Amino acid sequence: MTTQRTGAVSAHNAKVMNRFELTKRVVGQLKREEAVIGGIGNANFDLWASGQRPQNFYMLGSMGLAVPIAFGVAIAQPQRHVIALEGDGSLLMQLGCLATVAMQAPKNLTIVVWDNGVYQITGGQPTASSSTADIVGIAHACGIANSAWAADEEDFERLVAQALKEGPSLIAARIDDKPGVATTDRDPVRIRATFMQGLGVKRTL
Amino acid sequence: MNDTKTKAAAWHEIVLTTLKNNKVKLVTYVPDRVFTPLIKALHADSFFTTFPCTREEEAVGIVTGAWMGGLRGAVLMQTSGFGTIPNALASLVVPCQIPALIFVSERGTLGEFNLGQAMVCKTMRPVLSSIGVENHTITRIDELAFIVDRSIKQAVATQAPVAFILSPLLTGGKVFEAQR
Repeated sequence: MTTQRTGAVSAHNAKVMNRFELTKRVVGQLKREEAVIGGIGNANFDLWASGQRPQNFYMLGSMGLAVPIAFGVAIAQPQRHVIALEGDGSLLMQLGCLATVAMQAPKNLTIVVWDNGVYQITGGQPTASSSTADIVGIAHACGIANSAWAADEEDFERLVAQALKEGPSLIAARIDDKPGVATTDRDPVRIRATFMQGLGVKRTL
Repeated sequence: MNDTKTKAAAWHEIVLTTLKNNKVKLVTYVPDRVFTPLIKALHADSFFTTFPCTREEEAVGIVTGAWMGGLRGAVLMQTSGFGTIPNALASLVVPCQIPALIFVSERGTLGEFNLGQAMVCKTMRPVLSSIGVENHTITRIDELAFIVDRSIKQAVATQAPVAFILSPLLTGGKVFEAQR
């Protein structure tokens, strides 16, 4: 598998895209009942809006835990690919998880980071990635070799297809400041139960 | 513990065996001195998938995902680490009904030398009680297997987390080395 370094596309020359459009492109590539974890806020709102697959889990709290939750699913079901959709602010809260993922190297895990440079849902305050922190650089330094900025929509699709073959991978996309296009039903028990059913897990193991 | 016939099992051996008997295969942890023999034994046993995390709430997130994927998991931490997880418990584990098994090595009492540990210790049980998380403080080795075994079964059957606070009375705790 090729390893793309930050040199090819950087945060500065990556195209600014739209989260909902890219979410649809991720889901559109899923043909094997892959699991998707939508991080708190607009990441899961747009996942919800893209169509409510039973293999989707929508986070209503626990900011920063999309990657750890996805990693846990990946450990439990090594035959299933798992994708975490996480915002830049949320990931910055729990950067250590990238080091853990790199050390354990799950082959069935993909991390997608939506980087709009703001804590959008709390009023648009700037995140560190808006100026100084580089998400892909951080992922590389943590040891996730397959980490790259998506240059544009076609490049994003290519990176997703590549990531689904073998992980762990991180794909970062610069996105605009448009809000999520729908709101997830706030029913954590139903979300969890539907997700477990979608993964073929019985209620009590 | 006398060793007239066979050496009595240590607390960490009982915990490991009870996890195994209950098919708890995943153990994530943030290291703790007192838990070191348990952590070493988990790594040495191929039944378990076990690894360190950078932060306790990350470890909680991983066992949450694993449970939803069909794998039982436990988290190990020390008292000060517990102070980092109330949000993960209150906004993920409890509302989603996840039977996370949380083992806390109790610091902050019975000879604590670090004020920071002592203060976090005072918050631990009130936090667990306020969000309705079942918790047991285990002080006696003859009660250890019973409490852990029955509580794991209850957690799974009722889809609710449980916290095991392992007292220095059970583990020996950590002593103030500078006094030696």
